[in-house]
Amino acid sequence: MSACVRAENLTRRLAGEVPVTLVEDVSLEVARGEFVAVMGPSGCGKSSLLYLLGLLDVPTSGRVLMDGEDTTGFDENRLADLRLRRLGFVFQFHFLLAEFTALHNVMLPMRKLGELGEARAQARALDLLAELGVAEHAHKRPEQMSGGQRQRVAIARALANDPMVILADEPTGNLDSVSSATVRDILGTLAREHGKTVIVVTHDSAFASAAGRRIMLVDGHLDQSAHAPG
Amino acid sequence: MRLELSIAMTHLLHRKRQTLVSLTGIVLGVAFFLGVSSLMRGSELDFIKRLVDNSPHITVSDEYRSAREQPASAAWPDGAVQLHGVKPQTEVRGIRGYQRALAFIESMPGLRAAPVLTGSVVLTFAGQAHATTLSGMVPEKMKTVSTLEDKLIAGTMDALDANLNGIIIGEGLADRFSLSMGDNVNVTSADGNVRTMKIVGIFRTGNASYDENQVFVRLKRAQVLLNRPNRVNRLLVQLDDPYAARDVATLIESRIGYKAQSWIEASEDLLSVLTVRNIIMYSVVAAILVVASFGIYNTISTIVMEKLRDIAIMKSMGFHARDIRRVFVIEGVIVGVIGSILGFGLGLVLMGMLGQVAIKPPGASEVIHLPVYRGLEQFVLAAAFALASSVGAAWLPARKGGRVHPVDILRGAA
Repeated sequence: MSACVRAENLTRRLAGEVPVTLVEDVSLEVARGEFVAVMGPSGCGKSSLLYLLGLLDVPTSGRVLMDGEDTTGFDENRLADLRLRRLGFVFQFHFLLAEFTALHNVMLPMRKLGELGEARAQARALDLLAELGVAEHAHKRPEQMSGGQRQRVAIARALANDPMVILADEPTGNLDSVSSATVRDILGTLAREHGKTVIVVTHDSAFASAAGRRIMLVDGHLDQSAHAPG
Repeated sequence: MRLELSIAMTHLLHRKRQTLVSLTGIVLGVAFFLGVSSLMRGSELDFIKRLVDNSPHITVSDEYRSAREQPASAAWPDGAVQLHGVKPQTEVRGIRGYQRALAFIESMPGLRAAPVLTGSVVLTFAGQAHATTLSGMVPEKMKTVSTLEDKLIAGTMDALDANLNGIIIGEGLADRFSLSMGDNVNVTSADGNVRTMKIVGIFRTGNASYDENQVFVRLKRAQVLLNRPNRVNRLLVQLDDPYAARDVATLIESRIGYKAQSWIEASEDLLSVLTVRNIIMYSVVAAILVVASFGIYNTISTIVMEKLRDIAIMKSMGFHARDIRRVFVIEGVIVGVIGSILGFGLGLVLMGMLGQVAIKPPGASEVIHLPVYRGLEQFVLAAAFALASSVGAAWLPARKGGRVHPVDILRGAA
């Protein structure tokens, strides 16, 4: 399988009186349709690595290749366009827009992309919500839903523009065990059956068994010894 | 743009109270802007109208702007001519050959002129004396340049033709001397000439001083009384287009030599005061809108601060900084536009109320309503000010919103 996301010698340092290294010299390849869990203790740089792979942050050195395309030197707008078309994010806190209904939250990336008309975008959003089992909550606002339901709406939103890669940062960190299992299953299905590349940053050891591969990070470095298929 | 508009609308509608406060600021700002500017502009136009209507557009007087050229200088224009002890020739004051000047002015299209001889006289009646200004004029010409005929409350100007010893006086003087139509008064000039004249007209202009200190007789009678035969000391000129007065005055002066002063030149100090007044007025009313725009700044700043997470997530989704800026600027525009429209309504009500206020200015004998001007340009200006201040107030927080780095917010929230 070809590398869908490829990181070469990624280093991210925060400048300041005492410079902080978040990620150091990380190289990895994630193939299309692969389900990867990035694990490690708190503060080891998992989220920072995810932000770099998700083109939300720019590495101090090294480079990220998205489907073979080197993103080094891309300006903010170009990176934003890549995120819009190819990447979908799921965060620990659902981060749904509070004033919008579930349906409108899912429609937001499609409306931004502007390729589907309003009616088709709405139909697709309803399909996605149905696939994730939250169709009946389409017209509810986030505050009217449970944590698990909100997270499923957030996954539907991440899938809105049919991205190549789903990046999830502690997606079950705020959920009960039943909802966590549902979210895990959904992400696993997306990789296995829909060919999406899924990269999940998690503390949840249950992901270790669900994911195709585990990557361990320690103090910003890849822990090669733990690099093993799950 | 539709997406940004819908996000902006959602933000505003979910903060109804704050939005309403911002909106109220703009509505009041626009309404006060309209109220104050309509009054200022109305009084300015009223003032200019009075100036244009009640005074001649151009007055040609028996003066020269600069000393007349000596014949020796005219004969040797390139020579080094120096004259000592020049004594001006004593002559009867007034415009010489005024008929020619009058004919020239009347030959120009859209111009009407009337010759006037003005001098000081003393009016005596029943042992009382009062010094006034006497103007000799030709009624049929005077009618074309003056509103005197309209101001007559008794008699007519033509009565001066019928009665060569007729005199038209102001209402103030009539009241003071208890004079009425048909009464006789004695008029004494500085040279000691005395005439008994019959009152054939009484006028009221509303200007108390003018109504007490101005009388009119026929030109010929004035020339005899003031001992200035065949002379006038003023030509009053009226134009179809009063705003061309300055250019026409220059042309007349260059042709006939005597000083021709337009109403614009004569009232230059007053007109410049009006300009200063306008600058002050627009500064004050614009300041009201600037203050109102702080409400918008406050609202949108709060929204930006509250929505940092939303901004971060939208940027992670692929929104550009300019999309985010646009959302918040649109919020400012919405408040500005709706505020302007509602402000127009309130402003019209305010103008209506101001227009009902009746006052009696000092020196006037009539009650007048406050002059209110409702011009399209005021509404355009008010809306432009309101929109500019709204967009300006929204731009600062919008720029801040656009600069939000999603990782900073996501890291903080995690």
